[in-house]
Order: sequence, then C-alpha cells, then structure tokens
Amino acid sequence: MATTEASGMIMTKSVEGADVLADQAARVGTHDVKVAASKVSVFYGEKQALFDVTIDIPARQVMAFIGPSGCGKSTFLRCINRMNDTIDICRVTGSIEIDGANVYDAKIDPVLLRARVGMVFQKPNPFPKSIYDNIAYGPRIHGKAKAGSEMDAIVEASLRRAGLWNEVKDRLKEPGTGLSGGQQQRLCIARAIAVNPDIILMDEPCSALDPIATAKVEELIDELRERYTIVIVTHSMQQAARVSQRAAFFHLGHLVEEGATEHMFTNPSDRRTQDYITGRFG
Amino acid sequence: MSDKSAATTRTGIWYEPDASLKRRYAADKRLRIYGVAAIVFALSMLAILVGTIVMTALPAVTQTHVTLQVELSAEAIDRSDPRSASYQKMLADTISRLYPEVDTPRELRELRQLFTNNAQYMLRDMVVADPSLIGQTVDFTFPMSDIGDQLHKGGIDRNLPPEQRRINNDQIGWYDRLVEQDRITTPLNTGMIFNADSRFPELAGLRGALVGSFYALLICFLVSFPVGISAAVYLEEFAPKNRWTDLIEVNINNLAAVPSIVFGLLGLAVFLNFFGMPRSAPIVGGLVLSLMTLPTIIIATRAALKAVPPSIREAAIGVGASKMQTVGHHVLPLAMPGILTGTIIGLAQALGETAPLLLIGMNAFITAAPDSMFNPSTALPTQIYIWADSPERGFTSRTSAAIVVLLGFLVCMNAIAIYMRKRFERKW
Repeated sequence: MATTEASGMIMTKSVEGADVLADQAARVGTHDVKVAASKVSVFYGEKQALFDVTIDIPARQVMAFIGPSGCGKSTFLRCINRMNDTIDICRVTGSIEIDGANVYDAKIDPVLLRARVGMVFQKPNPFPKSIYDNIAYGPRIHGKAKAGSEMDAIVEASLRRAGLWNEVKDRLKEPGTGLSGGQQQRLCIARAIAVNPDIILMDEPCSALDPIATAKVEELIDELRERYTIVIVTHSMQQAARVSQRAAFFHLGHLVEEGATEHMFTNPSDRRTQDYITGRFG
Repeated sequence: MSDKSAATTRTGIWYEPDASLKRRYAADKRLRIYGVAAIVFALSMLAILVGTIVMTALPAVTQTHVTLQVELSAEAIDRSDPRSASYQKMLADTISRLYPEVDTPRELRELRQLFTNNAQYMLRDMVVADPSLIGQTVDFTFPMSDIGDQLHKGGIDRNLPPEQRRINNDQIGWYDRLVEQDRITTPLNTGMIFNADSRFPELAGLRGALVGSFYALLICFLVSFPVGISAAVYLEEFAPKNRWTDLIEVNINNLAAVPSIVFGLLGLAVFLNFFGMPRSAPIVGGLVLSLMTLPTIIIATRAALKAVPPSIREAAIGVGASKMQTVGHHVLPLAMPGILTGTIIGLAQALGETAPLLLIGMNAFITAAPDSMFNPSTALPTQIYIWADSPERGFTSRTSAAIVVLLGFLVCMNAIAIYMRKRFERKW
C-alpha cells in the first residue's frame, strides 16, 4: 500500500514536471477547468475504494477514465453527480467542484446537480415508455417545458443532437425498449441531453454494443464535445484513444497518471500505465 | 502414471456401459417414476374431490315446482288492501278441491307437508305486485317442500318400508297424482343464488352470503391494498437497512404464517369488544380479513419492487428525478402487475377464510341480505358451514352447490391473476 501511494506521489510530480508542456498543449484554446476534484476518497463501509483522487477535468473535452476492473474509475465517475448517494454504506470525503461549487456541499441539491450532470449507463436503460416520453420525462419533472409544441421542440432537438431523429421520427409513440441496442444507447444519450446538462458522464457506454453501434456512439461523442464536457469510463484502450483528448489511468483505487491521451498512450510516465496499455495486465 | 493405469484398467469396448452407469440410469428412472406417481396421485385426489362435490351438488341445480290453479276471487281480496287477504285459506281451498277425499286434520297436515311453507306469502307477493289478477283464476307455480323435492329427484326410496322413510304411502300417492296431472316442473334453481338464507332448503339461497362476502372483500381490499403497498414501498425503497427494519421484515413474514383463527380472536377482542363495532357485520369481517391479507400483499409487493431492475432506478435518478418521483413514476407502475397478482391471490385466500368470521359472528342465521356493510350478514364460507350443519336432506346438495360457487369465484380470481402475470410479463 505504501509503495503505491509513494508512486502516486511520483506520478503527480511527473505531471507537474517534465510533461507540463505536453499537458498544456492539450489544453489549448478556451478550455477552462469544469470539474475540479480534490483529495476524493470513497469508502464502502469499512473498505476504501478510492484514495485521495485529485484531478481537473477541462470543459468541452472528452476525458477518458481507464484502468483494470475494480480500479475505482466508475466509483469516481459516480461521485461527480452523486449517484453514490443511493448506496447506503457509501461515504465520500474530499471535494468535487463544478464551476467553483462543491457538489458535496450541504446546500447543493442532488436533484439539481443531476440535471446539470447527465449520465449514460453501461447497459442501455430506456424507460419502458414511448420514445417521446423517454426524452420528455426529464424536462417535464424539472419543469423546463410545458407539454405541447415546446416539449416537441426539445424532444426533436435532443434526438437530432443524439443523431437518432431520422431513425425514429416516424415512431415516437413506440416503446423505447423496441429499438436496437445501439439506438437505445443513443436514446439514453438524448434523454440526458434533454435536460440541458453541462457535463455528461458515460459509464462504459459501448460495452453492450456491437462494433457498428459502437462506432456510431463514438462519432456522437465526438460531436457532443462541442457543447458538453464529457467524462467516459471505458475498458477499451482503442476507444479511449479514439474519442478522448485527455485520459486518466486508475489502478487499485489510485489515480496513477493523467494527461493528454495521445501523450499517455505513446509515452506513459508510470510503469503501471505502460504495462496496462501494452496489455501486460488488466 | 494415470494414463498408464487408465490404459491397464480399461477392459472391453469403451462404449460398453458398465455397471455404475446402469445404476445411475436406474436411479434416474426410479426418480422419474416417483415423480409421475406423485402427480398422478395428487391429480386423482383432486378429481375425486371435485367430482364428489359436483355430483352431490347436481340435484341442487333444479328445484321441483308445482303449479296449481288458484282462484283469486274479488270477494276474498280487498282491492284497496290486497295484503290483508287470507291467502293461506285460498291455497287450502285450492288443495282441498284437488284432493276432495282428504278430510282429517292429520291427513291435511301431511298433505300440506308436500308444499313449501311460504307458498301463501309468495301468492300474496304475486297479487300485490299485480292487482289486476284479482277476480281471475291464475296458474300459481311455487316450490315443493324438501320432501316433495327429494321424492321427485329420487332422493327417497319408495321400496323402503314406510316407517323407514320420511314420507308415507298417502303422501306418495298424492304426489303421484300431481305428476299424472302434469303439475310438476323442475325449472333451474335460481332461488339458490337470488334468495337469502332460510330454514327451508327449497327456499334457502346464497344472496345474503354473496352480498356479505362482497362487502367484506371490498373492505378488505380498500384497507389492505393501500396500507400494504405503502408499507412495502417504504420498507423496500426508503427505510434504512438496519436491525429494526430486519426485525419488522421477519415479523411480517411470521404474520403471514399466523393461523387465521388468531386473527378472528383479535377481531373479536379489538373491533367488537373494544371499539364496539356491530357483531356479524361485513365491515368487521373485512377488517379482520384485511389484517390477514396485509402480510401477503406486503410480501408480494416487496418481491415485485425487487424485481424491477436497478437500471430503471438509476436511469430516473440520473436525469434528476427525486426518490419519490423515481418510485412513483417508474418503479411502482412497473411493479404494479406483480402487486395486483399478489393482491388478487391474497383476496382469494380471504374469500375462502372461515375461522376468523366464525369468531366475529358471521355464521349467524340471517334471512335477509344485508343492506349495507354494517348489517348482520353471513359470508360464502360461513354459509357453507351453516348449511353443512343443517339436518334437512335438501341442504346436502345445497352445501355442495355453495362450495361449487365458492370454488368458481376462487378459480376466476386465480385465473385473472395468472392472466395478468402473463399479459404484463416484461423482458428487460
């Protein structure tokens, strides 16, 4: 345990030191910090699942969390919109600031937080309702639009942005569960978009999809980057390389390394990152 | 090493079954035979049970009626007050005209025993309902008494010596004359459903019991459904998982196994003696039954809520639904088919429950259907209990007929439950 923490320290140094230039290169333009996590630890009962994770997630980029199973990347993702609140025994320490406000602050309402931070899950989970109602549910409960033309507009815009409009525009009244897996996942993305979030969290969004559907979702993620800050958890190195600008490598609950994706994949600074990327474990 | 030993021990052709394989197959076969035998045994028992009940109930499907020409003379009936006339005398005169040779009081009494006691009131009700009949001679059809009914349906053996049967040779002769004159009919026994209870089998019906059971089940549903769902939703979705909720869960499960008569005692002590609610009333019966049904509904609801995949909850919470919205908009509607199935099965149990109703007095002898849930009444199972206890021969077949009615309702309720389970079954 002591050695991993020590190497964690080294990692931080390496990010701040030699790779600073490459790091800055990835942050060109107007990319501000959208999410700033500081010393985030997560406990499930007695067991600690995440150790002092400190990371900045830039706005309007795709940040990929990679690492072997059980490394804490999904746990951390779920801290950002406080999905972990639903687990009784889960306890989170540290702070996660979105646009300067700590989401674990007492005055932050998790319901409002989740309207700003949308989420897409591993398995497509559309509501067993019509396609239209799937999209309209979020805006409806948040009072963002009244039923009728206003809502129709939101539904169309969300489906268009998710690249699904042309495929489903003639069958909006049919159940969302009748779509193919890839379409269902894009429907879930459209559902997340409909409440007009700033950030979209994706927890292995393509792991249940075939390669063609995966390609479409990845294409979509690339388009969405223009408007939203996206954090994606993925098992696939290739996917991380294809869709993300920045990547963070988690191992055994520690953030091992974080940086520009291109740089991390070609020139990882930590030994474990290198082993994982080259397929020696994971 | 192992290769070598295997090679040396292996004798004969490799696909030749050895003794141990044969033993395994024999064990398989034995088990299959035991299983089939058990099922055949259970099914044949069920067939015998249902068969005997239906066979016993068959005579109650019809009721023997007799038709007499009754003269409703304008002198005997006051048009302004038809209720006050002596219909008993009119009937007695009619019968005497049919049997002029019968004159001793004993014989007259025996003759009257062939017809139902209430014939005079039926005649009165017919005239009161239609006063234009006054002054005419009308065909009046009314039920034979229990012994007349039994004789017609072959329930009484004519070959027995007279002292061993409930009907003497004179009565048989009088009955035979009615048959010769074509006065006997056997219409469908609608009184069985539409009459209230009576001392006389030919007049006894299930109306009171059906209305009583309906009210009791209505109360049972109205109380146990909302309370059961609320309790289950709280325990499953909101309550923290700690020792107290574990204790509550264990006790709810235990409550489902408490003998029903204990709930009857509770109802007697709490609803009747402490709150002073009316005895024998369907409202009390319904409350007692709802106590019994509650654990069933809570357990079924919790199972249905558990069966809703967590991904739906995550999806709702993920778009910013509150806990209440997640449950109300998504989880509960998806669990509803399972909840309703459990509720119907719970209500079916409640419909057949006898013991608790006996303790709160729903086995009283009540000759009118209840007007409201506060009036004394019987219920289907307690009516069966009363009839099974009655000595008249006619009640034997009526008891079985009432059981068939009760079984019919139970089968219908279970069929609805099965239909709903199939219809709303979801693939995730």
